[in-house]
Amino acid sequence: MSEMNFEYKVEGGDFTRAGYASSQIKRMLKQLGVDSNIIKRVVVCLYEAEVNIVAHAYRGVIYISLSTDRINMRLTDEGPGISNIPRAMQKGYSTASKEVREMGFGAGMGLPNIKENADIFNIESEVGRDTTLDITINLNHEAA
Amino acid sequence: MKVADICDAVKGKLICGEDKRDKDIEFAFASDLMSDVLTIKCDSLLLITGLANLQTIRTAEMSDAACVLFVRNKTITDEMKLLADESGIPLITCSITMFRAAGELYKAGLKPLF
Repeated sequence: MSEMNFEYKVEGGDFTRAGYASSQIKRMLKQLGVDSNIIKRVVVCLYEAEVNIVAHAYRGVIYISLSTDRINMRLTDEGPGISNIPRAMQKGYSTASKEVREMGFGAGMGLPNIKENADIFNIESEVGRDTTLDITINLNHEAA
Repeated sequence: MKVADICDAVKGKLICGEDKRDKDIEFAFASDLMSDVLTIKCDSLLLITGLANLQTIRTAEMSDAACVLFVRNKTITDEMKLLADESGIPLITCSITMFRAAGELYKAGLKPLF
């Protein structure tokens, strides 16, 4: 299989559509016969990151790059950015609104859970501008 | 425990996934916090929740939950049913509290994860 690339747009605040990209990717990985435990790690990362864009940013784009042995997911948004990334990575720390919490998120568990499920995880942010997450998961073996 | 047995134990109603009545479920997890559900590494799982929105169904889909039980007469929208149908996840509603639902299902043989 040569490399396949996909792109999904995400609108801030649009909770009805949050999870669409994750759902599409899950279906595709299933069709490709990827191990179900690995699929779960991929979609949990992607879904949490997608919800983060919906919850915190104005808009964002998800870039997926899929090859035989790994999936790279880059989620980049235009939004308020994160002023203190180490603090954002701490379990339990969140700046989410009441509305986001009412949707069952915003407990400060998303970013730590993404890091735990990813083989490679990187986050960069500029306050008042953007945040970009790069997540890589190897498709042909269990968690590192 | 089968989906139909879960319905009986909580006096619930299967509102979606009629063809999944005989699906076997071994474990249950009760939470309104979807991020917590997404940390669970188990497939044969019943999600017991009081949170009824589209993201509950998405979370069940992403975490490979086998069935969702909504407590306290929550309203399940057509969009939620449609998404659950697409994902092959049966949905049950019941009127009892989350505490009682968890108690009845534990008594009936569903196992906790931890």
